[in-house]
Amino acid sequence: MKALRWAVPLLIFAVLIAFLWVGLGRDPREVPSPLIGKPAPSFALARLHDAEARLSSDELKGTVWLLNVWASWCVSCRVEHPLLMQLAESKVVPIYGLDYKDKPDAGRTWLAQNGNPYTASAVDLDGRVGIDYGVYGVPETFVVDKQGIVRYKQIGPITAEALKDKILPLVRELQR
Amino acid sequence: MTRARANVCAVFAMLALSAGAHGAKMDSPADLAFDARMRELESELRCLVCQNQTLADSNADLADDLRREVRTLARSGKSDDEIKAYLVQRYGDFVLYRPPVRRSTLLLWGGPFALLAGGALLWSVVLRRRQRLPDPTVVAGDDALERARRALDG
Repeated sequence: MKALRWAVPLLIFAVLIAFLWVGLGRDPREVPSPLIGKPAPSFALARLHDAEARLSSDELKGTVWLLNVWASWCVSCRVEHPLLMQLAESKVVPIYGLDYKDKPDAGRTWLAQNGNPYTASAVDLDGRVGIDYGVYGVPETFVVDKQGIVRYKQIGPITAEALKDKILPLVRELQR
Repeated sequence: MTRARANVCAVFAMLALSAGAHGAKMDSPADLAFDARMRELESELRCLVCQNQTLADSNADLADDLRREVRTLARSGKSDDEIKAYLVQRYGDFVLYRPPVRRSTLLLWGGPFALLAGGALLWSVVLRRRQRLPDPTVVAGDDALERARRALDG
């Protein structure tokens, strides 16, 4: 009985500390996407570099592709941009861009200045497609498989670690 | 006129002006009811950019877009539940300030009641144990009181 007096509060304390410790390591800004494992929302938007033509998600069926949500006004997009350029050069997987709530002119200028890693970019002027994809913090990147299912979502800029440890292995596995 | 008084006057003038402006807009009862319904719905939805604000309170760009989306859906005849489902499908349960009862949220919903029950149990145990203790006033006999008095005086 005496031992219980000490053991019970100590146990409660330990559990509390464990919860707080785990909580400290979590990023509250990363909201798990309900889209993982579900079909990528379909879209058909004007292409950034050819407003007459459309980029439609249907024409990408059968390939593994990345959808990178970016904008010329987005500061952290500059952080991941060199990685995207490298990835595009390696030709491992096509990257499609979604120019999110951006003026097409500004978007084109931005790409001309910083380099264009995208196979093609679609213009999401009013952010409607962004809402369909649950975008809430640009940049975001989705990995979509051959069947058009979303398999991974990166919130915020792609990091070298995320690319090496998660995105590239996943892409290779999906391409098989 | 002091500065404070001038400020008060300015505030009243503004209030009067805004009241006038409001009155001038002809809002039909249906519009008002729709607005009230939207405000209530939006105050139950979380803005994903500033996460501790509701969609109704947030000034974030995305909140603006989502409010517009919610209103468009409502005008097209969607019910509140359908609108919530639409947002949950895209942003997950996190958009709801009142998360649904699921197995993963059972602790969240039931936890406080479990804690309350635990506290009540502990309380009743302590009370019962105290009742079994001898009465402290009886224990303090005459010589004990005398000793205490001496200690205080000394």
